[in-house]
Formats: sequence, structure tokens, C-alpha cells
Amino acid sequence: MSKLTRRNFLKGTGSTFALGSVGFGFPHIAGAAKKKVVVIGAGVGGTIAAKYIAKADSSIEVTIVEAKPHHHTCFMSNEVIGGDRDISTIKFGYDKLASHGIHVVQDKAVMIDPVAHKVKTANGTTLGYDRLIMSPGIGLRWEAIEGYDEVAAETMPHAWIAGSQTALLRKQIESMDDGGLVLLAPPGNPFRCPPGPYERAAQIAHYLKHHKPKSKILILDAKDKFSKQGLFTQGWKKVYGDMIEWVPGADTGGGVKAVDVKAMKVSTDFDDHKVSVANIIPPQKAAQIAHDADLTDDSGWCPVDLGTFESKRHKGIHIIGDAGIISGLPKSGYAASTEAKVCASAVVHSLHEKEPGINSYANACYSIIAPDYGISVVAVYKLAEDRSKINKVGGGLTPSDATPEALRREVHYAYSWFKNMTAEMFG
Amino acid sequence: MLHKLVRETLLFCVLVLLPFSTTLAGETASPSMLSDTCLGCHGPGGISDGPATPTISGMSEIYIIAAMLAYKYDNDEDKVEAIIEADPELEDVEFFARTSTVMDRIAKGYSEAEIKILAKHFASLPFQAAEQEVNKKQAKTGAEIHELHCEKCHENGGSSAEDDAGVLAGQWIPYLEYTMADFASGDREMPKKMRKQMKDAHAAFGDGSVADLIQFYASQK
Repeated sequence: MSKLTRRNFLKGTGSTFALGSVGFGFPHIAGAAKKKVVVIGAGVGGTIAAKYIAKADSSIEVTIVEAKPHHHTCFMSNEVIGGDRDISTIKFGYDKLASHGIHVVQDKAVMIDPVAHKVKTANGTTLGYDRLIMSPGIGLRWEAIEGYDEVAAETMPHAWIAGSQTALLRKQIESMDDGGLVLLAPPGNPFRCPPGPYERAAQIAHYLKHHKPKSKILILDAKDKFSKQGLFTQGWKKVYGDMIEWVPGADTGGGVKAVDVKAMKVSTDFDDHKVSVANIIPPQKAAQIAHDADLTDDSGWCPVDLGTFESKRHKGIHIIGDAGIISGLPKSGYAASTEAKVCASAVVHSLHEKEPGINSYANACYSIIAPDYGISVVAVYKLAEDRSKINKVGGGLTPSDATPEALRREVHYAYSWFKNMTAEMFG
Repeated sequence: MLHKLVRETLLFCVLVLLPFSTTLAGETASPSMLSDTCLGCHGPGGISDGPATPTISGMSEIYIIAAMLAYKYDNDEDKVEAIIEADPELEDVEFFARTSTVMDRIAKGYSEAEIKILAKHFASLPFQAAEQEVNKKQAKTGAEIHELHCEKCHENGGSSAEDDAGVLAGQWIPYLEYTMADFASGDREMPKKMRKQMKDAHAAFGDGSVADLIQFYASQK
């Protein structure tokens, strides 16, 4: 379908245009076959996009294809690793999505035909679509760190896709001896959840401080700076003293280069480290299905139009969440939710052959350093006029002089964020 | 005949094209587009699942605008008053200083026009009380305190938005606790009448009066 410009649209208004149909509350598309939207991935982006499309126009047939029988949220998984939260509390099912009129096909999408507008699944189902939304998440670059592959991850977990890996890292932290060394290896940019490794260090320190106080946490970073750095550094020091040591990329030679899981050895260009527990977070790319469907560029991520999230490589396919190149927005859960809502609006407008209105985007990202110590970064964004970037128009970090009471409240707002985000996704 | 055609064309332009082209050319996003970004923290439909973030649907439009302006301008009374004065639609908005953790940062991302759209939108949505455990004994005392000292401004047991005071009935307990702690510490400015009533309530019902009030509001459905 050719892109609708305002002029083209106004020329063609005629009799098909219905009164009062701007924005949500679209009238059903009459006379035509039911419009079909297929969504791949039932994480933040997929569930919310599906729900918002179904809410805007119940005549659109919305189908989610998801391989896993349930979802473990990455957010709050660091509290599982630190021991303050049971893993069952980050596990969610898809059963309530049906009450919004959404079909959930529990199957793995294995092939996409962008010309015939079809998705094929592992079990042999073929789903046709008018619009395809992909929120497939990340893939890990197993080739990036020498010796680190899927088998090695069973000894040195990444725990960067929540679930069994989260449980494994928790178990290792729990069973290590007091006085041991926990090594964290965060990747270079871009990667899922930029503050995540540093919150994780704090959550592990929270456990060690109370149970294994002679232990140390060493962060060998690939980068020279990181998200909320000042606030994390301040919080680590205040709550955990010298337990956490962060080494920048300049001093590690660009981070961890090799691992030896048998010897429990982690190496940079300069040093070898014998460790009790190693949490290796490898460099990332868009999930495999995005590569197979020819939606990625040389960066390994998916270029999209920032106003509609439609692929720049294949028309009719939208990519949201961590897999996309969303210039200006972080790879965060909240960003994925906001991308899903904007994308849902764009898709519904396009199915009604209408030009979408002006977009609004936001991010709200909390990190829990200790049970009474939360920090956050928030922002409101608008699309740049030339659509090259999503510009921040307001927001900021927790002030460095925030009162203890404010820091305590941020933890409870983080828990509210979690409850409301998961209600948006699965409720 | 020609006149009829002209008239109908004009009518078509006014009814159909005008609202649409305003949406296209206007500077603000639609109410749903703007407000959807709030729901990850404030809950689906603006009804918070708790435990601390307030439900904002069903609040008074005036109240939301006042809060957002105080956040946006870091409690700069002169600035907010000037904005209120310059805009006849804000005639009923009253400035009160208030503290927050993240909303002061978020509010800076919205223009006055967008704040008005957001406020109108959330005010038009239904409020739904939180499902939470309350202390019945405290709630009973709280009901008495409310009747004597609060009902005049927080009408219908604190459930009304018509009075342009905050909707208290059915909000989450931690949110109510934060709010009352901020009033007590002076981080949030009390209207004069409220200051007097809180003082009188304390004199009559003692140190537990605020906690009792909170349990009462939390118990309201």
C-alpha cells in the first residue's frame, strides 16, 4: 500500500469517511474482509500492542504467536537474583488476553513471507496478515566472547532473558562460599536494559552483605560509562561500602574477552580472574527471527520508521521493543510499552486508511539498590520533525541529594510500576 | 439548489474536515495518545493496581492541572499564578506547593495545552476504588473525624471530584500516607482551612487521627 499523505487522503475523503472516527473508538471496517494483525512475541511490546489494537477496533482480528507457555519479566528479576523476590512473582500467563478478543497461538514463528504477508510456525500453521507486529526481543551474540556459548551459559549464566537463567544465577549466588568473588561482565552499547547490570550488582550485594559479607563483586565493563552512573556509584558506596568494584572499559581493554568455564576463569586482554560466580552478559542483537526475515541491518538490529515503527526494509511489518533501532529511546521495558501504544495507533489508523496523529512517547525506569533505596530515570519524548530521532522534551534522574524518604518511596513506586506494567501486559 | 450544495459542502467541511485537519495540523497529540503513556505507572484506564501510585482517573480536572503545574514549575508560585491568570480556562485552578519523586521531572515534558488535555481526559474516566485490607476500628474513628473536619471540602466521604479537592476515598494506603506525611512536614502546602481542621482533629482525636483518617478513606468503595 502506498503511504498516505495528508493531501492524498483529503483528496479521497468522499463517502467512506465516517463522522467522529478520529482517534480511538474507530467504527468497524464495514464491507471488507476482517482485517488481520499478527503479533510475534508476547513480551511487553507484543502484549500491549495486541491489547491496544483490540481495544481501538474490536473488528480487527488480533493473533499473538508466542513460543513460550508463559513469560518471565526481566524487570524485577534482579530482585529474584538478590533473593528478595520469588521467581513465581515474575511469571505470567497469557490466559487473560483472550478476554480482550486476542487469539494466542502458542507456537514458534519460524518463517515470515513479507510479500505474501504470511507467518509460518514450527507446527506448520500459516497465518495471513494485513499488518505484522514483531516484538521478538533480543538474541545473544554467542560468538563475541571466546568460550562463551549456550553450553557455557549453563555454568556462567547471562540471566539476561529471564526464566531458568535467572533461577540458575540465584542458585549459584546462594551456594557460593563467603569470601568468594562474583564477577559481572556487562556488554557495550546498545543492549537490553542499560541500568540492569548495575542494579543487579546492588541486588547481589544486598544478599552478600547479609549472608556472605566477606565476598566481593567485580564489574568488568566493556564501557567507560553507564546508565544512572552517578546515582549507582553513590548508592553502592552508601549501602555496600567497598563491596562493589567497577572497572571501566579503558582499564579492562574493552571488557571480558574470554571465559574458561571448567577453570572458572574469566579473562580480559590484561588479566585473568578466578571467580566463584560469573555473570556474563554478552553483546546482543535482534532476536533470530528478525534476522531470518531480513529485517535487520549491519548493526544486527532492525531499522524502523520512528513514527509508526514500520520496518524500513519490508512494508507491512512493524518492529517494536528491544529488537528495533529506536534512536532516542532506551531499550527499556517502559520504552517498549510506549512503542507498542504508538505502533498500535499507527496500525489501526493505517488499516482504516487514515493518517495517524501526533505521537507521544515516555520512559520510566526504576532501579532498586536496596529495599529502601530506589532511583529512577524518566522522560517524555516527541518525534523530531524529520523523523530521524525521538527527542526528549522533559524528564531526568533522581536528584543526587534526594532524601532517604524519597529514595524509600521510589522503591514503592517501582513496585507500583511493576504491578501496573504487568497489568497493562497480561491483565 | 446551488445554495443547498454550498451549504452542505460547508457543513461537511466544518463537521468532517475541520476536526480532522485540526488533528493533523494541531500541535498536540490526541487525548488517548497523550494519556496512554501514563498508564504503565498509573494503571490500565488510569486505575492503579498499587501499592503506592494513585489512581488518577475520576479525579477533578482542576486538581490535576494544579498538581501538574506545581510539578512542572517546581512550585514557583509566581510563574504558576501568571499562567493561571493568562488563561480564562484555568480560572478555578489554585496554586499549592507539592512535592514528588518523579512527577516533577515528568511534568516538564508536557505543555500547558497538553496538561489540560490530560486533565480533562482522566477526569472523564471512572474512578475505581482499590481492593485493600483496612483496620476496621481505625476506619470507624476515621469516619467520625472525616465527618467533623473534612467532609465540607472532601465531599461524599472524600469520593467526590466535584469539590476539586483530591479524591481520597479508595486510594491506596501508601499513597495516602505519603500525602499526609508531606502535609505534616510542610513539603506539601495545606490550604488554610485544612490546616485549621487538621489541628482541630489532632486536638480532639490525638496522634492517631491521621492514621485513622487514612484507614477510613482506604476502606471506602
